[in-house]
Amino acid sequence: MDIDKLNKIKVEYSRIIQEKRIMVCSGTGCTSSKSDVLIKNIQKKLESTKSKNISVQKTGCFGFCAKGPIVVIDPDETFYELVKPEDASDIVDGVITGKVVERLLTKEKDKLIEKWHELNFYNKQERIALKNCGKINPEKIEEYIALDGYQALYKALHTSRDEVIDIVLNSGIRGRGGAGFPTGKKWKFAKEAQGNIKYVCCNADEGDPGAFMDRSILEGDPHSVLEAMAIAGYAIGATQGYIYVRAEYPIAVKRLNVAIEQATKLGLLGKNIFGKKFSFNIELRLGAGAFVCGEETALMNSIEGKRGEPRPRPPFPAIKGLFGKPTLLNNVETYANIPNIILKGSSWYNTIGTKNSTGTKVFALGGNINNVGLVEVPMGTTLREIVYDIGGGIPEGKKFKAAQMGGPSGGCVPTKYLDTPIDYDSLSEIGAMMGSGGLIVMDDSKCMVDIAKFFLEFTVDESCGKCTPCRIGTKRMLEILTRITEGKGKDGDIEKLERLASNIKGASLCGLGQTAPNPVLSTLRYFREEYEAHIYDKKCPSGVCKALTQVLINPEKCKKCGICAKNCPTNAIDGELGKVTYKINQDKCIKCGVCITKCPFKAISK
Amino acid sequence: MYRKKKMITLTIDSRAVTVPEGTTILEAARKIDIDIPTLCFLKEINEVGDCRMCLVEIEGVRGYKASCVYPVEEGLVVRTNTKGLIDTKRTILELLLSSHEKKCLTCVRSTNCRLQDLCRRFEIPDLEYEVEMPEADLDDSSECVVRNTAKCILCKRCVNVCKKVQGVAAISTMNRGFHAKVGVALDMGMRDSTCVGCGQCVIHCPVGALVEKSNVGQLREALADKNKIVIIQTAPAVRATIGEEFGMPIGTLVTGKMVAALRRIGFDKIFDTDLGADMTIMEEATEFIERLKSNSNLPMITSCSSGWITFAEKFYPELLSHLSSTKSPMEILGTLIKTYYAKKEGIDPKDIYSVALMPCSAKKAEIIRDELKLEGNIQAVDNVITTREMARMLKEANIDLASLNDEEYDNPLGEATGAGHIFGTTGGVMEAALRSVSYLLDGTEVKNVEFKQVRGTKAIKEATITIAGKEHKIAISQGLSNASILLNQIKDGTSPYSFIEVMTCPGGCINGGGQPIVDEYKASKIDVKGLRAKALYKADKKAKFRKSHENQSVQKIYSDFIGKPNGKVAHELLHTHYNKQEVYTEK
Amino acid sequence: MKHCEGCNGCKIDDKLVKIVDKYRGVDGGIISALHEVQDTYGYISNISQKYLSKELNVPMSEIYGIITFYSRFSLTPKGKYNVQVCIGTACYVKGADKVLARFKEKLAIEEGKTTEDGKFSLEAVRCIGACGLAPAIVINEEVYGKVDDKKVDELIEKYSKM
Ligand SMILES: Cc1cc2nc3c(=O)[nH]c(=O)nc-3n(C[C@H](O)[C@H](O)[C@H](O)COP(=O)(O)O)c2cc1C
Ligand code: SF4
Ligand code: SF4
Ligand code: SF4
Ligand code: SF4
Ligand code: SF4
Ligand code: SF4
Ligand code: SF4
Ligand code: SF4
Ligand code: FES
Ligand code: FES
Ligand code: FES
Repeated sequence: MDIDKLNKIKVEYSRIIQEKRIMVCSGTGCTSSKSDVLIKNIQKKLESTKSKNISVQKTGCFGFCAKGPIVVIDPDETFYELVKPEDASDIVDGVITGKVVERLLTKEKDKLIEKWHELNFYNKQERIALKNCGKINPEKIEEYIALDGYQALYKALHTSRDEVIDIVLNSGIRGRGGAGFPTGKKWKFAKEAQGNIKYVCCNADEGDPGAFMDRSILEGDPHSVLEAMAIAGYAIGATQGYIYVRAEYPIAVKRLNVAIEQATKLGLLGKNIFGKKFSFNIELRLGAGAFVCGEETALMNSIEGKRGEPRPRPPFPAIKGLFGKPTLLNNVETYANIPNIILKGSSWYNTIGTKNSTGTKVFALGGNINNVGLVEVPMGTTLREIVYDIGGGIPEGKKFKAAQMGGPSGGCVPTKYLDTPIDYDSLSEIGAMMGSGGLIVMDDSKCMVDIAKFFLEFTVDESCGKCTPCRIGTKRMLEILTRITEGKGKDGDIEKLERLASNIKGASLCGLGQTAPNPVLSTLRYFREEYEAHIYDKKCPSGVCKALTQVLINPEKCKKCGICAKNCPTNAIDGELGKVTYKINQDKCIKCGVCITKCPFKAISK
Repeated sequence: MYRKKKMITLTIDSRAVTVPEGTTILEAARKIDIDIPTLCFLKEINEVGDCRMCLVEIEGVRGYKASCVYPVEEGLVVRTNTKGLIDTKRTILELLLSSHEKKCLTCVRSTNCRLQDLCRRFEIPDLEYEVEMPEADLDDSSECVVRNTAKCILCKRCVNVCKKVQGVAAISTMNRGFHAKVGVALDMGMRDSTCVGCGQCVIHCPVGALVEKSNVGQLREALADKNKIVIIQTAPAVRATIGEEFGMPIGTLVTGKMVAALRRIGFDKIFDTDLGADMTIMEEATEFIERLKSNSNLPMITSCSSGWITFAEKFYPELLSHLSSTKSPMEILGTLIKTYYAKKEGIDPKDIYSVALMPCSAKKAEIIRDELKLEGNIQAVDNVITTREMARMLKEANIDLASLNDEEYDNPLGEATGAGHIFGTTGGVMEAALRSVSYLLDGTEVKNVEFKQVRGTKAIKEATITIAGKEHKIAISQGLSNASILLNQIKDGTSPYSFIEVMTCPGGCINGGGQPIVDEYKASKIDVKGLRAKALYKADKKAKFRKSHENQSVQKIYSDFIGKPNGKVAHELLHTHYNKQEVYTEK
Repeated sequence: MKHCEGCNGCKIDDKLVKIVDKYRGVDGGIISALHEVQDTYGYISNISQKYLSKELNVPMSEIYGIITFYSRFSLTPKGKYNVQVCIGTACYVKGADKVLARFKEKLAIEEGKTTEDGKFSLEAVRCIGACGLAPAIVINEEVYGKVDDKKVDELIEKYSKM
């Protein structure tokens, strides 16, 4: 491969991607709602109409998975949502005739929105890491090249190693996988480390349940990660890369394999890239269902074929990492930013975001919110903008209670901080964390003690068991939380939780244990009265904790229609049609809430 | 290339200390006698940072750090005893206790248990947690070692000793999180695993989660049985260690006191395994000469360490022909007791209850081997009692070994030479053989009996010796992972040796799996193996005869009973054979 | 390279031999090999473990330690249809606990267990990356989003007939 050949492909495919193309999302979400069948149907229809110059392309995730399957007609960027396989014919006809299929458009405040970027969900976003997702067919390297792909690698290889590192350093980008360590610094340490064998690793384990940006990038734009890893390899002096990817992401794994194969074929990976004395290969390794393997040293143990238990640090991976050699590890999203930074320069990147948190961040917006999906916004955007402007607010007219940020290591952000600009430092100030960008919105029907318990259940399940405080301590905390939610909380339990939490944080070996108590500490900080209500008043204010909740029929409102009794799964409701007011037998009731929703007269409540 | 290590100065609890680069904070602290509590740390074997008891505060570093795995850096300011640290460590101990089967009163490790000790040191109060315990796994399938996960604190010393020192990896960590435990593959018992019974895991376990399989009960019964003649033999290494259990300094030789104590407890005869060792040399050295002559099955490998035999049968069945066919000293003596001695005294061997006081847990499995059964399908040795078990028996019988006067072994199986004594330490068997081999070949007596090349702590020792004018290379290994290095050479056809001594336990039997357990902190301050070995070399020096063939009783046994070394009777009674052992087979 | 011929009459089938050959000499290859054994047979049998141990030179205890560490590996065969209910955060907030409860009730099994007819096994997993469709589940490789009680019943019915 030389630059002329690269540019030739670029020119050729820039033209091709400007043709009429039906881009159908084939990410995990849309595939599960039959976008694969849709693609086949469109293909068939195209064949039967013998339309030339129109093609259908698989793309990666558009980020708006809740509205999937999503179809975008390029180059007009017409955006169709909730498309069914049966819609194939109309879509193709529309493309041929130049007419928009109105019933597939999104409606916002009674207005039909035609174009992708005009949707509320997209118009406040700024896409850098996700810039190619949805625009290209990720299984065709040429399309990536058409959008400047591998130009950054070429540029880097013609720049000194120190300068490459300086660009990354000056861009101010911080790691997107967790703690937000300055990426440039990490590269520098790895470069300076002694040793003639070094490794570049990509953390694609995406453990935070509720976050799926890394999956999206791998499915929609795998080459951006490969290119960045090659650049990193050049910068630090490594010739071998490993991508550690969750086995739960079969589509991502497949696309990565395709991408590696295509890049190798074109000489963009392998020996003497761009004729330079630089060689770089990438191998995939699959995770096997252990959250802790997202932790850098555990990940390395896992690649080495061991139990995924973290190792003590120092020595840091930059000095002694994979197979005992100096190793650079970055997250998928971090890498996805790199080619852009190299091409456009650090000062361009610097201007986006805030002073100490430059660039953009992808959030996985989920939970009780209207527009569930992936959003990429400049650092410093407020939570309110994300939740209300992009996310479209809370469904069913309920109220915002808190957003859980940073997953099991993070904390919750209550209403009063809705206007805090989101960046690394302000989040940690208020007891939450950027983490990998999971952002789960909770409405006022959620019990915060239950949520804390949920996260602790997760960490107890996922603790590797290596060190004492995390192995036993998180379990003991969970036991206390469980008894609180079961109405058996005792005076002093909160203090016990706090003491355990602080000692587990201080004493644990790895980040998992060090942050496991955070959800408890943060809910205690902002919702202490809910804990107290559980312990002292034996009440769950949100009616979530079953042992502390009673479902009751208001006899004054009951019209003796019997509907509730028919729907109760445990036959807990007695009464006589039209005669005797219905009543719930509390011993049988499992608080499923079915009767509440079924009663036509709203006579039942918690 | 040897590079002199940089020296680093740091401050620990306001005191400056200078240590070489690469030292850990823990070791630097120990250098100035600050005893940072540890549970999992075991130098060079288990440097894992798991238990978190050794946490320290480092100025400018976020969070507490495990000092056992933190390398020193110039100018570090370290605190080991702040209020926060102490509270954290108390929490760790409370947590450990919350999932521990707290049965100190009935636990053999009580008063020599690191967890118990630390709980007292930190004054851990009654527990505040209402708790679920991890599923307990009690495994007594092995003849040698009993595993009880209910007392395990998951320090993983055993796992790494078994893997790194012994190369056996019979036990490993399984499951994860709260359900993590140390166990055997396929959740089988130790008996089904690659375990060789050496007990190295036992003597490195800081608590009572791994203990020897106790056979004291049967011994009590036998001693009380009027119809039994109860005879005990004592292994070379026990006399150098049993004093420790009675408060005597490490390395105190207590042969006479031990004999006195055993007599008090009621044994009818007290014989010396060291005589068996002298017999072993007669047989093994003769066998070696024969193999040299016929140039077959070389190198020959010693066969007296019982963990090693099991190891060879499980891991290197294809090399079994290299093992000397000579029985171990214990088995030889046991055989002589039930044949030679019984005949001489006119006793029915079935009336003899033959006990061996051993430094070793593997011996407990050796005595039941079918290959070692005597005429009438009886065992040569009926019961193996370890040093620790015997110390407990003596204490329960109100015998304070330290205060007794020396007594002598009984005849005719109580006489031993210095060569027999040194069997208990690494290199000892080889040295003993070298003292006799040329005599057995052509009657030449070696002038200098001390072969310093084969002594010492090196993992693998080598020497060149001259036998009948020809040079031969010999090697000595301790710890089975070192044995593997030598064995792989044989497999590859690159072994330069003629004769190899293999000791299962690092240091040999003086550090066997049945020996007194020395706390890790104490062991870091003194050379336990060295001091114990020294005691045996002292016994050797003091001995009237220092070559096995000079043992008068041995000479008499040959002339009266056995005939010639490696002769017909010898082969019948003093030799054995080995068979491949399958592991992890489903029943 | 001479292969283990199997001991005690145990037969090593060709697929296993192929897998092992692929990872001989690969650094850390044991986990990749276990993945393939798991995918090929639906579980990792004792014989597979013994064979891997011998050929890839990893002690049995460590292989067992690895298998019991990672939740994707199983020691017993899974059902024909492996139902994985996501109980990740996004799904939990959207009622994943109810979905799981429904499956437990309808299949009459607990998590981690297989129905008597060997048709279904049930697992709770943490995030399958389909958070946008919460609550989500996976049956074998097929992802289903926005699952509610009704959908659970339909799916069980559909797969029972397959
Ligand atoms: C328990 C735990 C789980 C983690 N999981 C992930 C993960 O799934 N993905 C990820 O990129 N980083 C994860 N991290 C952070 C990594 O250890 C590491 O810091 C990161 O991958 C470095 O990349 P970055 O600098 O680009 O962020 C995790 C950390 C901990 C302690
Ligand atoms: S903190 Fe938890 S996950 Fe991390 S090493 Fe300790 S036990 Fe394992
Ligand atoms: S559904 Fe409502 S109104 Fe009808 S019986 Fe039940 S409680 Fe009464
Ligand atoms: S909450 Fe559910 S179980 Fe309870 S009465 Fe209503 S329908 Fe029945
Ligand atoms: S192991 Fe230690 S703490 Fe535990 S019961 Fe035995 S002596 Fe007591
Ligand atoms: S130490 Fe305490 S618990 Fe133990 S026996 Fe003595 S008084 Fe009882
Ligand atoms: S007795 Fe020896 S071989 Fe057996 S588990 Fe313990 S250390 Fe390993
Ligand atoms: S058995 Fe003993 S040595 Fe092994 S992990 Fe448990 S406590 Fe540690
Ligand atoms: S070296 Fe001694 S104590 Fe160790 S196994 Fe061998 S005979 Fe037993
Ligand atoms: S998977 Fe299609 S939009 Fe996310
Ligand atoms: S962590 Fe240092 S001694 Fe256990
Ligand atoms: S949380 Fe359920 S798919 Fe992500």
